Amino acid sequence: MALLGPLLAPYGANQQIVEDARQPPSLNHWFGTDNLGRDVFSRVVLGARDVLTLSGLGTLAAVILGATIGLISGYSGGWLDEVVMRFFDSLLSLPALLLALLLLGSLGPSRNSVLVVITVVYTPIVARVVRSVVLSVKKKEFVEAAQVQGESVWYILFREIFPSTLPALAVEASLRFSYAIFLVASLGFLGVGVQPPSPDWGLMVKEGRANFTQTPWALYFPAGAIAVVVIGVNLVADTLKQILQVPSQLRR
Amino acid sequence: MTNMAGSDNGYILEIEHLTVGYQQAGAWREAVRHVSLEIPKGQTCGLVGESGSGKTTLALATMRYLPQEGTVCQGAIRFRGENLLQLKDAEMRRIWGSEMTMVPQDALASLNPSLTLGEQVAELLRHQAGLSESDAGDRTLALFEQVQLGDVERVSDSYPYQLSGGMLQRVLTAMAISTEPSLLVLDEPTSSLDVTTQAVMLDLFRELIGGQQQTAVLYITHNLGVVAQIADRVAVMYAGDLVEDAPTLELYRQPLHPYTQGLLDCVPRLGENKAEVNLRPIEGHIPSLQDLPTGCIFRPRCPLATDVCREYPPLYQAGDGRRSRCHRWEEIKDGEVSPSQPVPEGAKIPPPSAAEQDVLDIEGAEVHFSEGRSLVDMVAGKRPRKVRAVDGVSLEVGRGRTVGLVGESGSGKTTLARAVVGLAERTGGTIKLFDKELPPGLRGRTADMFCCLQIVFQNPAETLNPYLSVGQILRRPLKRLRDQTPPEGGDGGIDEAVTELLEAVHLSREYAKRLPGQLSGGEKQRVAIARAFAPRPDLLIADEPVTSLDVSVQASILNLFNELQAEHQIGTLFISHDLAVVGYLADVVAVIYLGQLMEVSDAGSIFDPPHHPYTEALLSSVPLIDPEGQQEAIRLEGEVRSPSKEITGCPFHTRCPRFIGDICVEQVPPWREISQPGQDVDKRVFCHIPEEELREKQRRAFKFSE
Repeated sequence: MALLGPLLAPYGANQQIVEDARQPPSLNHWFGTDNLGRDVFSRVVLGARDVLTLSGLGTLAAVILGATIGLISGYSGGWLDEVVMRFFDSLLSLPALLLALLLLGSLGPSRNSVLVVITVVYTPIVARVVRSVVLSVKKKEFVEAAQVQGESVWYILFREIFPSTLPALAVEASLRFSYAIFLVASLGFLGVGVQPPSPDWGLMVKEGRANFTQTPWALYFPAGAIAVVVIGVNLVADTLKQILQVPSQLRR
Repeated sequence: MTNMAGSDNGYILEIEHLTVGYQQAGAWREAVRHVSLEIPKGQTCGLVGESGSGKTTLALATMRYLPQEGTVCQGAIRFRGENLLQLKDAEMRRIWGSEMTMVPQDALASLNPSLTLGEQVAELLRHQAGLSESDAGDRTLALFEQVQLGDVERVSDSYPYQLSGGMLQRVLTAMAISTEPSLLVLDEPTSSLDVTTQAVMLDLFRELIGGQQQTAVLYITHNLGVVAQIADRVAVMYAGDLVEDAPTLELYRQPLHPYTQGLLDCVPRLGENKAEVNLRPIEGHIPSLQDLPTGCIFRPRCPLATDVCREYPPLYQAGDGRRSRCHRWEEIKDGEVSPSQPVPEGAKIPPPSAAEQDVLDIEGAEVHFSEGRSLVDMVAGKRPRKVRAVDGVSLEVGRGRTVGLVGESGSGKTTLARAVVGLAERTGGTIKLFDKELPPGLRGRTADMFCCLQIVFQNPAETLNPYLSVGQILRRPLKRLRDQTPPEGGDGGIDEAVTELLEAVHLSREYAKRLPGQLSGGEKQRVAIARAFAPRPDLLIADEPVTSLDVSVQASILNLFNELQAEHQIGTLFISHDLAVVGYLADVVAVIYLGQLMEVSDAGSIFDPPHHPYTEALLSSVPLIDPEGQQEAIRLEGEVRSPSKEITGCPFHTRCPRFIGDICVEQVPPWREISQPGQDVDKRVFCHIPEEELREKQRRAFKFSE
């Protein structure tokens, strides 16, 4: 739906149909229109694209960065591991939203800074998950066998250890993705993320709230969209976990 | 419901035609089939079998303690005449823990970590025997006394993590005998213990069982030596069938089932060496419950299989009190046919002659670790505690020779192996590969060194990367480390080489496509050996490579080592805790205790006195696979000392049964060369006691079988 957004949406995101303003849901405007006369359905559909690319790219960056840092930090151990992990601990000790607000305050609100925020907020979490797997795997004999064969650190990290982290990483990535959607929406709602007039869900909820008594549908539908996507991604993550958790012996 | 006649015939336990099934992946698998077994009071019945034989399932079913997905499909279990299967759960709870008790294998997991041991035993006594608080406390101490727990007050106030595995096993034993049960089930109670501790535990079991004439004992183990030493009769299980059941003496003298014979033939006995005796592994592997063979289930692996064996054999009454599930038991009994497995080609290769060159030369090697400190300790300026894992070991491995390194857990044998390959940083001494000194850690080693020096690890489950196929695993070292050999036809040459390697370890070429999850433990270990041989090493370190394998698989892996080594003339450092295995495979045996060598000897003379007192204790602790074999019982007191404590004099002086006085505590012992009249032996012993005196003290008969 996010891909086909422009084709599906009957109206433009910011197209104002002044005469139709504040319409309740109808055949013409499935989700109604807001107080400026914009079609809520079109905005929700078009907004999906924004939310998903932003949180998707942000999660991807966090996963790549986090996995690499987790692998290196966990494998090398010692003071490097200590320093990296203590730094991440201090990042994690701040609530995600607070950290995001702090960062946005210094970066200034824009799409790119939202991307940076997602990456910074979720990299430590991904790194932690990957590191914990690395710590248990690096003591295993097949890793030691590779060391004794004189393999390079990079080969051991990415060929021997990395595959073992994939199940945990995949689950973590999908969870992070759903939280990222949430974060983007929250930031939009607080007005520090994507700026108007973009059809951002969080932003729409904020605008809808202001005119709640007149156009409640302008609040309900974007909020519902957030809920549906987050729950959907969570369900996918759950299924993924179950598939990946099947012990290898049973997968003959 | 109680059947008085049943309890009068003296049988505590009567299992009749018991079949136990598990619900697995939607299908029904019978893990135990048509087993009948009786144990009268005062008798100990040993239940032997490899993993997957159904012995644990049988024991659990006997106690009516099967997991959720398991059910008794058929048969009856009579406990003092009462059919347990018809009892209500409440009645079972009365029986469990009082009339029927168990000593499990994993002691630490079986005890509550947050209660003191005294409380746990007292709780049981209050609950099951209805004792008052103070009576239960007194009785607990008396029980601890009975299982020889030394300082009983201290043990009673200890938490499980504070005691060693042997002590915990005693506590569990105390719990099991506290209610004077009618049936005592011992499930591999000594399998995770060191051999010296095992010997003490076996003595204890024998004594306790002897004192309880009303108790029937079911002793489950995979160890043929243990069962020979403790059981009155032995039942042998194979893939869910009871294949043979006989009084211990008769079973070991003449097994009447080819599987029993196979088991006995594939374990090296104490005192045997590959130069004189060949191991006969049982061909093939134990069938999975999904596809059991029709007819006799042992038929595909049996050297005696004929057409009659297509018929499922009944449990024949084979003479007085003996039963065998073999159609041809009479022929075996009369000696017309031999149920032994053929000796495989690989086992017959004669050992190489004396080495002309040393591959590995370890000179005073030391590995000292610092124990981890917490941040608080660091700030407080506490110095880290030094652990002397390896403390001045000197040892040579000649080309084409096998040096066996034996020691108990915590002796530093694995650390020494890791120091040689570079996984543990050496902190002192030198290790030379040929004449080149190896860097202390992995850093700074050249491709040449990696190539020359390979290791096979202990744990088959961890030794292969589960995400890489066998072919990928083998191709990598071939590509990287075998560069010097000219590539024949690019990648095709490598595929050839992979096939060659697989064939060398007796696996077919199809295995290259498989993932480690699809292999059995023995097959994984074969692949690990192939991987180690891929770069054509000159020195192979084998760190307990057969410890976690079943005995029949163990025999074929030992033969494989023998064969590959003779073919490639490589030196091997073979590490094991099993003196019989090391004595069988090695040319030279070194005994290690607390990071120091105690004795180095030709394999041929390691079993002849004089020994180092520690070697002597080890030898006398090994349970002989022969109920008639006799050993002088030398038991070690106390525990292995923590290697973080400062050691003075001889490291063994705290436990030495031949302790001679202050000299042992104060002075480092000399290495004494031992000579044997009329023989050319190479043997040295690290002891203050002079050779003649040792010989005099140790003049005793070690009576081995045959």
